[in-house]
Amino acid sequence: MPERVLKNLRGIGHEVVNGIWRLGYASRFFLLTLARSATSFRRFGLTIKEIYFAGVLSLIIIIVSGLFVGMVLALQGYETLQKYGAAEAVGTLVALSLTRELGPVVAALLFASRAGSAMTAEIGLMKATEQITAMEMMAVDPIARVIGPRFWGGVLSMPLLAAMFSVVGVFGGYLIAVVLIGVDEGAFWSQMQNAVDFRQDVVNGVIKSMVFGVAVTAIALFEGYDAPPTAEGVSGATTRTVVTSSLAILGLDFVLTAFMFKGI
Amino acid sequence: MENLVEIKDVTFSYDVLPVLTGINMTVPRGKVVSIMGLSGCGKTTLLRLIGGALKPRKGEVRVAGRVMHELEQDELYHLRRKMGMLFQFGALFTDLSAFDNVAFQMREHTDLPESMIQDLVLMKLHAVGLRGAHQLMPSELSGGMARRVALARAIALDPMLIMYDEPFAGLDPISLSVIGDLIRHLNDALGATSIVVTHDVQESLKIVDYVYFMSEGVVVTHGTPDDIRRSEAPFVHQFVWGEMDGPVPFHYPGSSYAGDLSLETARA
Repeated sequence: MPERVLKNLRGIGHEVVNGIWRLGYASRFFLLTLARSATSFRRFGLTIKEIYFAGVLSLIIIIVSGLFVGMVLALQGYETLQKYGAAEAVGTLVALSLTRELGPVVAALLFASRAGSAMTAEIGLMKATEQITAMEMMAVDPIARVIGPRFWGGVLSMPLLAAMFSVVGVFGGYLIAVVLIGVDEGAFWSQMQNAVDFRQDVVNGVIKSMVFGVAVTAIALFEGYDAPPTAEGVSGATTRTVVTSSLAILGLDFVLTAFMFKGI
Repeated sequence: MENLVEIKDVTFSYDVLPVLTGINMTVPRGKVVSIMGLSGCGKTTLLRLIGGALKPRKGEVRVAGRVMHELEQDELYHLRRKMGMLFQFGALFTDLSAFDNVAFQMREHTDLPESMIQDLVLMKLHAVGLRGAHQLMPSELSGGMARRVALARAIALDPMLIMYDEPFAGLDPISLSVIGDLIRHLNDALGATSIVVTHDVQESLKIVDYVYFMSEGVVVTHGTPDDIRRSEAPFVHQFVWGEMDGPVPFHYPGSSYAGDLSLETARA
């Protein structure tokens, strides 16, 4: 076999082995984070601080995005629905789109870009400046003290942000459909109330956002912890967080939707 | 005199790259011992082995009679509470003030009331001359001040062993002298033992009791500061007096200079 082919095969094999090794390392990291989570709840102040950084500071982008997504949905929905004489159903369209899909998914994508990348950069820089090593040398477990509170802060923030996104989105839809276009207000709200099922739509949306929260936060923290301690390493890890998280959100969304709404 | 740290025949490598080979050292209690050598000779690796952050391929590192690489994590953390470490650039927690950095270990490892922590932290900061800067964030401190806050943090729990990783790197002459004096005085005042990893010869020879010289992963010589100053060993002489050429060549090994300039071809 020519040397060039062998070299390529070796390269592919190396990448596969490396990928499996990294997956195993990430799984071990995730399990360690769960196992050492007691500190995050015993000293809940640490987790509250992270909820502030990951959740409260993400509110602006979530609210503004939710408002515009809701307004666009109402405009597009009205345009189509009026052709079939069902313009009052625009409230239903906006609410179902947001609670089932757009709320959890878009909020999670924004969360990954804003909070996930910040977590990776922060942990990566803590590692590069030896803060993580210093903590270990001070007999303080960095997984329990640094990773755990950030993980739970992110996981608890995500459903709240998704809910906020959906609520603001519905309000945006109301502004366009009722205030701007003049759809009947009573029909807008009553049709929405009848069509949206609490268990099927709202709870499933919350479950989705919790799963996305776990995925995004775990990826962000792992990438930061595993980042080479250089400027280039932290930059690469931050990029990987956003890319991997976004793909994970979309993939998980498909799987969850298939199970939740199709009865598979 | 009883030894606090004993390193016996330690060999260590990162994957297949050998870093340390057959290292033997002892650090007596109460002394300040320096480990010197060129960058990349394995000094910091040795410090990490003493702290239990790395495990040797061969041999053992004993601290207070305990073999570091045999300790479970709980035992290792218990022993590390009696150790302090000053990192090369301080490694202060950037989201905490100088006060909170020094208070960090007290809050993590003790149940002391906040009023007592306040007093203790101010005493530690006073010892390094920075009581008045307790409210400043790390980004507001100069390099020398950050190193002193990190030193106050390293002695927060009155450790039996203090390790210094390049404490003089990048400091101006005043800060350098201040850190040097603090290392000596704090060691004596606390009754601690100190290991100083450095390549700053002149400053460290002023303050240490004993010196180990390392080159390419082995101990090439050791002795008191006077022994080192008087040493005729070529490597030590070049290192101590900062000579440009010697066992450590000025030129990085490469092909023939004349060949690179195409002089040989032209002559032919």
